[in-house]
This record gives sequence, C-alpha cells and structure tokens, in this order.
Amino acid sequence: MALPSPLDADAPTWPEIRQGVRDLCARLPGSYWRDKDRERAYPKEFVDALTEAGYLACLIPEAYGGSGLPLSAAAAILEEVHKSGGNGAACHAQMYTMGTLLRHGSEDQRRAYLPGIARGELRLQAFGVSEPDAGSDTLSIKTTAVRDGDDYVIQGQKIWTSRAEHSDLMLLLARTTPKDRVEKRSRGLSVFLIDLRQHIGRGVEIQPIRTMINHATTQVFLDDLRVPVSALVGEPDRGFAYILDGMNAERVLIAAECIGDGRWFVDQARRYASDRTVFDSPIGAKQGVQFPIARAYAQVEAADLMVQQAAQRFERGQPCGKTANMAKLLASEAAWQAGDTCLQTFGGYGFAEDYDVERKFRETRLYQVAPVSTNLILAYLGEHVLGMPRST
Amino acid sequence: MKILCPVKRVLDPYVKVRVKQDNSDVDLANAKMAMNPFCEIAVEQAIRLKEQGHASEVVLVAVGPQQSQETLRTGLAMGADRGILVKAEPAPEPLGVAKILKAICDKESPDLVFAGKQAVDGDNNQTGQMLSALLGWAQGTFVSKVEVHDDHFLVTREIDGGLEQLKIGRPAVLTADLRLCEPRYASLPNIMKAKKKPIDNYTPEDLGVEVGHRLTLQKVEEPPARQAGIKVDSVGELVDKLHDEAKVI
Ligand SMILES: Cc1cc2nc3c(=O)[nH]c(=O)nc-3n(C[C@H](O)[C@H](O)[C@H](O)COP(=O)(O)OP(=O)(O)OC[C@H]3O[C@@H](n4cnc5c(N)ncnc54)[C@H](O)[C@@H]3O)c2cc1C
Ligand SMILES: Cc1cc2nc3c(=O)[nH]c(=O)nc-3n(C[C@H](O)[C@H](O)[C@H](O)COP(=O)(O)OP(=O)(O)OC[C@H]3O[C@@H](n4cnc5c(N)ncnc54)[C@H](O)[C@@H]3O)c2cc1C
Repeated sequence: MALPSPLDADAPTWPEIRQGVRDLCARLPGSYWRDKDRERAYPKEFVDALTEAGYLACLIPEAYGGSGLPLSAAAAILEEVHKSGGNGAACHAQMYTMGTLLRHGSEDQRRAYLPGIARGELRLQAFGVSEPDAGSDTLSIKTTAVRDGDDYVIQGQKIWTSRAEHSDLMLLLARTTPKDRVEKRSRGLSVFLIDLRQHIGRGVEIQPIRTMINHATTQVFLDDLRVPVSALVGEPDRGFAYILDGMNAERVLIAAECIGDGRWFVDQARRYASDRTVFDSPIGAKQGVQFPIARAYAQVEAADLMVQQAAQRFERGQPCGKTANMAKLLASEAAWQAGDTCLQTFGGYGFAEDYDVERKFRETRLYQVAPVSTNLILAYLGEHVLGMPRST
Repeated sequence: MKILCPVKRVLDPYVKVRVKQDNSDVDLANAKMAMNPFCEIAVEQAIRLKEQGHASEVVLVAVGPQQSQETLRTGLAMGADRGILVKAEPAPEPLGVAKILKAICDKESPDLVFAGKQAVDGDNNQTGQMLSALLGWAQGTFVSKVEVHDDHFLVTREIDGGLEQLKIGRPAVLTADLRLCEPRYASLPNIMKAKKKPIDNYTPEDLGVEVGHRLTLQKVEEPPARQAGIKVDSVGELVDKLHDEAKVI
C-alpha cells in the first residue's frame, strides 16, 4: 500500500483548488526557488502564474472581478504553495491587503481599484505600519498626516514595508491626531491609500533592506508627501480599528503558510529518514530520529485544526482575534519545530543548499516575529483573554 | 464544430506503483490517480481549437469507475464544457471502450473525436483506432500538429524516420502525441466554474453495449532487480566476456 501522505489533512478543504495550485507549483521546482534565493531576486514567474490563474483575486467579490471565495480558500492556496516547497511571501499580501479597502473604503474607491487589483494589473501588496521606533507598539508610530485644505501632508518613515518596490499602491498607517489629544488610546490613526506610481521621487523614497531570507522588504521615507483627501480610507482617526480586522485575516493566512511549511518538513524528514542508512539500518528506524518527526507531525496537525477554526470564525463574521492569534502562534511554532527536526534528520546534508531544507528553515523562522511577534500574542492572550494584569 | 474528448483515469505517472502481494495485479489502493497525460494533451488541443473559433463545444467522456468523475472535473477546469461519465467497473478493455464511445458518438454527433494516442497504464494504443473502424471515420494517430480546414483536417504525424502529413476528411478520430501541445494549468475561476458544469451519467447497459472481458490477467511481477555491473581491464577481456558469458557475439 502507498504511504498515506502527511502532506494532506484527513479532510482537506477545497480539494479542487488545492489540486490546481499543486499543478501550478509543480512547474516551479526547488531549483527555481533556490536560484531566486541565492540572487535575492523577486520570483516574478511564480507571481505571474498565480496572478494569471486568478488565485490572488480569490477573496475579491465577484462584483469587482474576483472569485468571491471565503478566507479558507485563500488559506488552502497559500498552504499548498508552501507545502510544495515554495513561498507565498512575494505576493500573499495582494490577496488580503485589499480587505481594508473592501470593508472600509468608499464605493468610489472600491470601483476605482478593486477590478484592477483583481486582474492583477494593479498591485496593492504593500502595507506600511512598522516604524523604526514602533514595531510591536503600533500606537506609538510617529508618521503624521496633517490636513491642509483638500490635501493631507504626510511626514515620517516606515520600515519593513515588504514588496513596496513591487507595488503600485501602498496602504499606509499615519497619525492624524496627536496621542495626547485623543479620547481613546486606540483613536487618532488613519489609513491612506498611496499611489506609489505618482509619488516615487516626489515625497516617497524606497530603499531595499537585505535580510536572511529572500523577502523583498524595504524602508520607505515619506517627506512632505501630499495626497488628496480622497486617499483616506474610511473615517479619519479610526484607522487602527480598520487594520485590526485585516490583521486577523493576515494571521490566518500566514498560519496556513506555516502549516504548509510544517507538512513539507515532515514529508522531507520521513522520506530521508526512511532512505538514509547509517550503521546498517535506516535512521528512521531509530526512535531518536523517528519520534521527533512523529511529534512534529502531530503538532502541525493540531495547529492546523486551530487554523481551520480561525478561518471559519472569520468567514462567519464571528469575533476571531483570539483564534486567529492562537492559530498563528501554534502554526509558526509547529513549523519551526518541524523545520528543526527536518534539519537534524538530514544531518550535514540539511546544510547543503541543494536539499532546500536550510532555505525553508530560514524562511519559516520569520513567522515567529512577523507580522506579529510571539510575545505580543502571549501578552494579548494573558491580558485580554485570560484577564490577568496588563502585560508589560 | 463539436469535439469529443475521451479522458482516462490512470495512476499518476509520477507515482511509483507496487505489485500486489499475490501477484494478481498492481496495487492501486490509495494510490494517487490523475488524467492520462495523452488525454490531457488532447483536451488542451480541443480547448485551443475552441478558443481559436474552430470549435463551439468540447465534451469529455470518461469510461471507468465512479471516481473518473474527478478526471472529468480536471478537464472541465481546464475549460471543457461538459462531461459524460459511463460507469463501468472494472474498466473495460479497449474494444469495450471503443464500443461505448461509438454509442456516445451516435448520441452526440461530434465532428471530431480527439483522444490520447494511448493510456500510460496499459499502453494499449488501440482505442482510437478501433473507434475509427467502428464509426467508419477517418483516423489520424500520433498527431503532433493539427490544422482545421472547412472539409478536412491537416495533421502531422510522428512516424519512424520522420514526419508524415495527412489530409483527413471530416468527421475524424485523431489521437494526440506528446509534442502536440503543453497542457495548461487550470485557473481559479475555471476550477470554480467546473464544479457547476453538467456531467451526464450512463452505464454500458443504458447505451446497449456489451463490455464482456475477453482477456484474463495471469500474473504481474516486479521487473527483476538490476545486477551490479563489472569493470573489465581490456578490450580483449570485453570481447571474451561478450562471446563466452553474454553469448551475444
Ligand atoms: C521580513 C520582514 C517583513 C516584514 N514586513 C512588514 C510589512 O510588510 N509591513 C509592516 O508594517 N511591517 C513588516 N514587518 C515588521 C514586523 O511586523 C515587525 O518586525 C514586528 O511587528 C516586530 O516589531 P519589531 O521588529 O520592531 O520588534 P520589537 O517591537 O522591537 O520587539 C523586539 C522583541 O521584543 C519583544 N517585545 C516587544 N514588546 C513586548 C512586550 N510588551 N512584552 C513582551 N515582549 C515584547 C518582541 O516580542 C520581540 O521579541 C516585517 C518584518 C520582517 C522581519
Ligand atoms: C558545515 C559542515 C562542515 C563539516 N566539516 C567536516 C569536516 O571538515 N570533515 C569531516 O570529515 N566532516 C565534516 N562535516 C560532516 C559532519 O561531521 C557530518 O555531517 C556529521 O557527522 C553527521 O553525519 P551525516 O551528515 O552523514 O549524518 P547522518 O550520519 O546521516 O545522520 C543523520 C541523522 O541521523 C541520526 N543518526 C544517525 N545514526 C543514528 C543512530 N545510530 N541512532 C540515532 N540517531 C542516529 C543523526 O544524529 C542525524 O540526526 C561537516 C558538515 C557540515 C554540515
């Protein structure tokens, strides 16, 4: 009998879509990703293929040219990309960044942008939140937007704004009312949709940051950037609430990518362990090798249940901050455990680029830090879910 | 023009198959199945002909177990219009399949049947040819290029030693070779549309076709494990061994 594949959940969601993504990814082997990684090059062929096949428009309603599918479908797509040995970070934000526009933008903004985003001609896959002095502490951002007649004038600096060089539009969070003059702590921030095509070199400067993974991330300098009032998404001062529900979707999708990574690591590890013979027997027969792989498998499967649950709650419009955060926490840790186990199983060969293990190992490490770091999730659970004293 | 494409569900060609313990057959339990690659090429070509305005409808036919419906959905997601499932288990032999396809052609009156040149499971390479004989239509097998004209098809066939061009009257049965075209991957909107496309169900009895099995499978064995090679020190030794041991010269 063929080995049941640990690459699949017992009852996978969206089986036809998964098969479609697998077929697409099968044309981009490990060597493709390895070359891009070595050159720190944008995986354009992959992004183009996903775009042309319509996968990045899956969450956009049909009225605006997308497929109007629920979050679990997007999660299935990204999980499959990662499970195939690839990485969705070059374009995953094209799927969900538009959510803020969709849910909180005006009908004019939706009509102006969503159809182009659905076709893939317009890239909205950059989201400027983090700043040098405000990563975890979003409410302390220093970038300001000051109303001047029919314009806003924006001043400040963003860091880690991924894919800005590959985006036409950027969602930007800026302070519109100073911290000491707001009635509630969470007020005073606003979301803007910046058309980078018009403003590069005229108020916006982008500088790439080299990182330990192939992730097109940048610093964005905003210097007297003048945008019309129509660039504001929703009402002024309410931006923090708008981005929070977008963040829940993002957490679920990142968690799904971690599940894909975890399943890839487990599959690689079990295959290698079954084949590699040391001291006259396969290393997979030795419990010191076998048990960590089995444990990693169990942890990935358990985390996946939380990811599915969070996606379901999001789709039904139920509060999902708790589950989305736990899904991201558990999935990122399960993927890391699986990655560490896989690397250990491969012995010295895990360090050789040709096996892709070291690349995936580096890549999956990110998700314990971004888009939100583990401690911040724990602090949220401790304080807001378990009712313990304010975490400091 | 209406095109009918037979599609077969086979073991995924990238999966290594094992022989059953009792040597009665290969073991397909839990094995990953897929559309026969040559059928996929034919479906791709049919869809291209539709996109180029030569065809108005592409209809898929699968003959086999209920799960062949997945194979139909795969083809529908590529862009075919509807499917027909003729449920027959175990899958009939090539002649049985050809008879079933003949009955479907009588119902559907296609202008072209575009099949794969063979299925990668049994490698029989018979169904298209038998169907053409049963229908009394022209056949073009191992097609690597096709042009549609008003009253004929111009096809290029890969034959030993070169390429052959044939002018074939319509209607016709064509079978696709590897180099005809490269199948596309399905787009998300088409995957979603495929779920809603109709699939009609028949049994061989509904079609009045008798699909009795005439062949019996005696035994299936793994190919013998390859023996390690040896190195020889000189040409003389090589010639001796070829003569005395291998007995080939
Ligand atoms: C590759 C990459 C891509 C990114 N892409 C984007 C992007 O597209 N857009 C964007 O806006 N941002 C992006 N980020 C930024 C990311 O969201 C931040 O790095 C993350 O939120 C952490 O912020 P920080 O780096 O400033 O760390 P800090 O906030 O300085 O935290 C440092 C450490 O202290 C811990 N810590 C902080 N506060 C507490 C506390 N109260 N209790 C306990 N521990 C605490 C953290 O958990 C962390 O371990 C990206 C980052 C990376 C690395
Ligand atoms: C960067 C780098 C530099 C190196 N430099 C040198 C060098 O200069 N000179 C040199 O000679 N070598 C060098 N090595 C090789 C290194 O010593 C070996 O990689 C190491 O000994 C492990 O052997 P292996 O890679 O063949 O793993 P394997 O022996 O295949 O082991 C694979 C996994 O199986 C486990 N395992 C194996 N047997 C058992 C058992 N009986 N019970 C339980 N678990 C078992 C191992 O712990 C490991 O997790 C280097 C390796 C690297 C990555």
